[in-house]
Amino acid sequence: MHKTLIAAACAAVLAGCAGTGPSGSASDAAVRAKAVETMKTSFKERGIAKLDRLDQDETQSVCSQYSTAAPPKEVAERIEKANMALVKPPSDGKYLGDWKRGEQIAQRGTGFQYSDTRETPVGGNCYACHELSKAEISYGTIGPSLHNFAKIRGYGPDIQKYAWGKVYNAHAYTACSFMPRFGAQGILSEQQLKDVVALLMDPESPVNK
Amino acid sequence: MADPMRIRAAVDAGGVTEVKVLMSHEMETGQRRDAAGALVPAWFIQNVTATHAGKTVLSAQWGPAIAKNPFLSFRFKGAQKGDKVQVTWVDNRGDKRTDEATIA
Amino acid sequence: MRIRAWYAGAIALAAGMVAATAAVGQDAASTAQEIEKYRQALQDGNPAELWEARGEGLWKKPAGPKNASLEKCDLGLGPGVVKGAYAQLPRYFADVDRVMDLETRLAHCRVTLHGLTPAQATARPFGSPDNRSDNDALVAWVTSESKGATMNVPSAHAKEKEAFALGEKIFYFRGGPYDFSCATCHAADNTRIRLQDLPNLTKQAGAQLAYTTWPAYRVSQGELRTFQWRLNDCFRQQRFPELGFASDASIALTAFLARNANGAEFKAPTIKR
Repeated sequence: MHKTLIAAACAAVLAGCAGTGPSGSASDAAVRAKAVETMKTSFKERGIAKLDRLDQDETQSVCSQYSTAAPPKEVAERIEKANMALVKPPSDGKYLGDWKRGEQIAQRGTGFQYSDTRETPVGGNCYACHELSKAEISYGTIGPSLHNFAKIRGYGPDIQKYAWGKVYNAHAYTACSFMPRFGAQGILSEQQLKDVVALLMDPESPVNK
Repeated sequence: MADPMRIRAAVDAGGVTEVKVLMSHEMETGQRRDAAGALVPAWFIQNVTATHAGKTVLSAQWGPAIAKNPFLSFRFKGAQKGDKVQVTWVDNRGDKRTDEATIA
Repeated sequence: MRIRAWYAGAIALAAGMVAATAAVGQDAASTAQEIEKYRQALQDGNPAELWEARGEGLWKKPAGPKNASLEKCDLGLGPGVVKGAYAQLPRYFADVDRVMDLETRLAHCRVTLHGLTPAQATARPFGSPDNRSDNDALVAWVTSESKGATMNVPSAHAKEKEAFALGEKIFYFRGGPYDFSCATCHAADNTRIRLQDLPNLTKQAGAQLAYTTWPAYRVSQGELRTFQWRLNDCFRQQRFPELGFASDASIALTAFLARNANGAEFKAPTIKR
């Protein structure tokens, strides 16, 4: 109750509190609340991108608070547990699809932008952030290199399951990961997820060459 | 009506005048298609001439391979500070534009 | 009499060759160097000047229902003072009791001086080849008048502090189907998307590098793009809805990024790939 009051007081004289409160403090929460309110009046829906995209779920909201620092251990564990619960194994129990299609998905950057439509093919855009096949030199470095992903870690069922889980919902393993939750957020279809996992796991995939 | 060119011209101690020209033009190649799949008609600057004191100091024939909003830089001898240099372009639609600059 | 002539075509060709070289298996560092060479080759004869010239004309020409020019517009340093004004924006304006960035202030002046409606003044924030934007041209000209000025965005007023604080939170706000925030791409050193280097906007050096080089003539688009366009298109790629032009969130985020760039020399309009 007391905390709520402080938050309200700060909202009223926001400038006085702004930037002074440590992350997680009541004044910090008040600034964040005002920022969210400001965004909701400042953004406009366009095409497939509606305003509900600004409604944060628990993971997004908590991870926004820690900016780029790792969240405290107990918070991280809570996020990882909640996200692990969202990982659904493939319906037929088979993790690996076609690595060739996986490579196409890894190359494609479209989908879900307001410049796209519902018919626009959705990609995983893996190369934007990761090195995968050595043949593709235009790769980003926000995420680690995944070249030789399975060659290093092994091709067995445990690693297949791990690769599936990581692509499906990265926050299940690393709370507040920068990586989109391709399965949990419904970005890629089950078949596409399998194809991407095959790109990482298939011994014939250029990733493991 | 096309936008004016930006022309800068300066003469150095050796009597060489350097002219830099920016032109505002779409320079459409005729190879591109619009959203509906129809070819966008070619539209580009075909002829460029520069004159100083009534004499042509540069004459060029251009094609659709030149970039949009072209930049042209050239040098010539014989001009003095304070002289004028004129540049004219004509495009394939017959549109033309002439601008001049004073040599610094 | 004619000694030598270089054609724009030669430059365009050189650019194409750089791109081709980049594609044949060089390591990443030298690829980035080649792209930098390409940028430098294009610095001379930046078509952004065409926008600057048009913007200056728009500033000085009487227009709108009131048939007045924008020459009495106060960009923060007094009515009609354009020199150095952009390097001190966004800032608090007492006449409207709020913080405004350049675009918001220009729209305000087009309402008060030209006599346009607010909707008319913000109708076309970004241009395309067949539909030019007066805002692009005005921004090109006003920013060019700050070339060489030192970034000095004020923070004395409470509302300036508030805008900065809100902008910081917006920067770290994660949302949308991909969980992205600005920080996803712009809060670490030495990272890149594909081959595009990403500035770390949370640090002074990165914010300075990024903020002081917009607006820019984008060769790949044949258009002058403003910093507002950059923000707008980042949010598109973040899978967010569209950032409203001259909106409060846009002003706050701009205030945050501009102030992080304080102390640097303003260099735009520049030319980028």
